[in-house]
Amino acid sequence: MSANGVAPVVIVGAGLAAWTTARELRKLDPSVSIALVTRDNGDFYAKPTLSNAFGQKRSPDQLVTTPAAAMAANLHITLHAHTTVQSIDTASRTVRVHQGDSTRTMAYSRLVLATGANPIRVPMAGNATHAVHTVNHLDDFRGLHADLSALPQRADGSPATVLLIGAGLIGCEFANDLAQGGFAVQVVDPAARPLPALLPAAASEQLRNALQTLGVAWHLGCTVGTLDASPGGAHRYAATLSDATVIAADAVLSAVGLRADTALAAAAGLACERGVLVDAHLQTSVPDVYALGDCAQYSAAGGRTLPYVMPIMNAARALAATLAGTPTALVFPLMPVAVKTPVLPITVAAPDPALQGQWTQDPATIDLHEGGAWRFVDAAGVQRGFVLTGKQTAKRMEWSKATLA
Amino acid sequence: MKTYMCIVCGFVYDETLGRPEDGIAPGTLWTNVPDDWACPDCGVAKADFEAVQV
Repeated sequence: MSANGVAPVVIVGAGLAAWTTARELRKLDPSVSIALVTRDNGDFYAKPTLSNAFGQKRSPDQLVTTPAAAMAANLHITLHAHTTVQSIDTASRTVRVHQGDSTRTMAYSRLVLATGANPIRVPMAGNATHAVHTVNHLDDFRGLHADLSALPQRADGSPATVLLIGAGLIGCEFANDLAQGGFAVQVVDPAARPLPALLPAAASEQLRNALQTLGVAWHLGCTVGTLDASPGGAHRYAATLSDATVIAADAVLSAVGLRADTALAAAAGLACERGVLVDAHLQTSVPDVYALGDCAQYSAAGGRTLPYVMPIMNAARALAATLAGTPTALVFPLMPVAVKTPVLPITVAAPDPALQGQWTQDPATIDLHEGGAWRFVDAAGVQRGFVLTGKQTAKRMEWSKATLA
Repeated sequence: MKTYMCIVCGFVYDETLGRPEDGIAPGTLWTNVPDDWACPDCGVAKADFEAVQV
């Protein structure tokens, strides 16, 4: 309870969704009591930089833009770091929190779940599966960075090899970044081409070729069957693919996607499917309990999860207004995603997957050697999405205006 | 010439380079970037940028 006897707004998590909700709420309401509970240290960092850091030679510590204590002081909030929320009791409006050796009950006036997501791990056989890195948090990145930085110089001077599982957005960004950072990169994905869910085939082909110029080797249409240690071998691990290819690697990074973390919400009886279900006001199935960010499944997005930066910013602003006393329905604008592959920059405004329509390439870009532009047009002839690559990404603002969200 | 970073996503605005694709000429000082300009990567407002040494 705060001094005036009113329980605080309690925010669970300390990622972009949590901190942005706190920041936006504080802008609108200078006096409301806000508590933020996080199991990590709460430092604020720009998560998209995790897949750009090697190329820019930035250490994990350099990625922290604002330490947690400074965030809490600036926003005038109470920070409970290294604290786990064990359970939610929506009837008594309390959460059970655990820190160190003690467990206690904390009351909330409104509860905001920003618990994020967990990396999906694909099963594989072998005795080295524990060595597979996933990166969805700064602490994960510390582990990857330490592992790669500790690799010994190879006797013949050849670069260390990273086996990268996943050719989606984060996988492709890491492929570019690690190749730029001096590693040999081998990418495995069951899909026939990179970014199949976001790009038309011709754009995927450009990305595939562009990354290949950096030395990235592709094993598409394949999965990793087994991952074993190679004691005494030239590389630390040996991966056997579904097509029987054997890849020798010194580190393994998996980036095959995210699954919303709904554990806490589901245990409290909140309605969950692929994420915590929220209505247009970001409210869950229980009054005064809200969710946003990577853990949320948005009715405002046709029941999709949207693990990207722009949806989080939009959701946090709408939620902050609602929490400050002005109920505000979330309406997502067109939200182009920048794929940070410097060898071939890409901007994608992905159409709703439920939309019927067709991709066509802008004829003016067909003969270009670098870059291209594609529009997604629905059955009524309206432009509902686009992809711009290379130099064509300069048309981002112009094309956004011509596209209906 | 200085650089400014989006505190949310890490996008960097470099005054030397400007942002020609958004109509902001090379050499445009941060103070002269329009207030309604938004981060191209994450959409946050100009106010959510801070000066950084890169």
